[in-house]
Amino acid sequence: MSDIVLRVEDVWKSFGDLQVLRGISFDVAESEVKVIFGPSGSGKSTLLRCINYLDPPDKGEIYLRGKRLGDPDTDINKIRSRIGFVFQHFNLFAHLKAIDNVAIGPEKVLGLSKEEARERAMRALKHVKMDKWADHYPAQLSGGQQQRVGIARALAMETDVILFDEPTSALDPELIGEVLQTMLDIAKEGTTMVVVTHEMGFARSVADEMIFIDGGVIVERGTPHHFFTSPESERVQQFLHKLDELYGQTRDERRTIAERDQE
Amino acid sequence: MQGPDIPRLFAVIMERGVPAALQITFFGLGLGLLAGLSLALMRVYGTAPMRTFAELYEKTLRGIPVLVLIYIFTFGVPGLFWFVDPLSRPIVGAYVALGIRSAAYQSQIFRGAILSVGEGQVLAARSLGMTNFQAQVYIVLPQAFKIALPAWSNEYAVVIKDSSFASDVGVFEILKVSLNITASDPRLWLPAMLVVTLIYFIFTYPVTRYFGKKGGGMAQVGREIVWQ
Repeated sequence: MSDIVLRVEDVWKSFGDLQVLRGISFDVAESEVKVIFGPSGSGKSTLLRCINYLDPPDKGEIYLRGKRLGDPDTDINKIRSRIGFVFQHFNLFAHLKAIDNVAIGPEKVLGLSKEEARERAMRALKHVKMDKWADHYPAQLSGGQQQRVGIARALAMETDVILFDEPTSALDPELIGEVLQTMLDIAKEGTTMVVVTHEMGFARSVADEMIFIDGGVIVERGTPHHFFTSPESERVQQFLHKLDELYGQTRDERRTIAERDQE
Repeated sequence: MQGPDIPRLFAVIMERGVPAALQITFFGLGLGLLAGLSLALMRVYGTAPMRTFAELYEKTLRGIPVLVLIYIFTFGVPGLFWFVDPLSRPIVGAYVALGIRSAAYQSQIFRGAILSVGEGQVLAARSLGMTNFQAQVYIVLPQAFKIALPAWSNEYAVVIKDSSFASDVGVFEILKVSLNITASDPRLWLPAMLVVTLIYFIFTYPVTRYFGKKGGGMAQVGREIVWQ
């Protein structure tokens, strides 16, 4: 019980008449990598926002290491500082250099001194291999580099868990690899992660459990092995087949072009 | 007969008129900044009644001629600035009149600037554990001020020019001083007005050109902003 970092309990959320989440529950254990996937509009991003109370759920509970979010006596800002968030569109602070993007949280939220915060930020940037770009502004970086800074920003807070909201889906295909590699690295180091993604290669190599969400409910859950060998529901089979069609084919095409170039 | 002594005219108006004009501009813009920024924050982040209030304020104040406002705050409500030396009451009335009107325009400038920073960065700040206030102070407002600079420099030009209306309630600013000069010698009308024009030009053009062109030191690169 004690190694449960995050508990999501029967979370419901609607926007007006639209029921986006209809009773989602799962636990995330220490050092676990949980991959959440499903068709767009199925409520994955909403779920992540419910988890850190950027959008509090209508019903249901979120616990971070046993502490219930939304309790009157828990400071939600303090709790949020222990939940990292990596955004689809990076959301870096445009007026701050990479190093300051990473350092501002430890300094202003965790109360570290300016020097300590910058030191910690530099370590985090080194971790994602962005230390050489520390003095660049977001607009001077590629999408992949920006996302790595986004990951460093979450790492520097030394959180209990990091939530990833489709971290590679806004990137050009040739920039996805560097971000996935960074995520693989930190996953293997034991970072507790909840990742919304369609990158099945990533899921296959590091996910401890995969959760398929459709229509606001969990349709199926299991290990990557389960999903890639014997998914039960038809909906999942269709979806995985579509992903394979889409990404598998482009990968094959890319290979043929590369082979052609070699000849 | 000698022609008018332009350099002397220039010197006299600069010395006797410009200080009051700059004072009115400084306090008018300052008051407008404080009130305008508050209104902008109310419009973007406030509750429904706050938004309605701010919107009504903007609409009303933008509909009143500035000279009417100046009359209201000087002769209209005579006891309003009872704590101020009677001789200074007209200029204080001008500060307030120009300030509360400028607030209506600055509110719009800052509202647009705040909105253009983008919700994503606010979400990112909140997800780090910043309070709403911290997100504003460290993330939104530093960017909003820079984005607002070109429009704000324009507002400065408007306020310094409109400070000339204070001449009508007896404040010795640029226009009032030159009117007094022409009263003693009507042949000085044209040269005095030319000098007045030149002075306003000196105090507006470099500022609006510098900030208008530099865009607050920012160049748009695609959808992103480069800070130089």
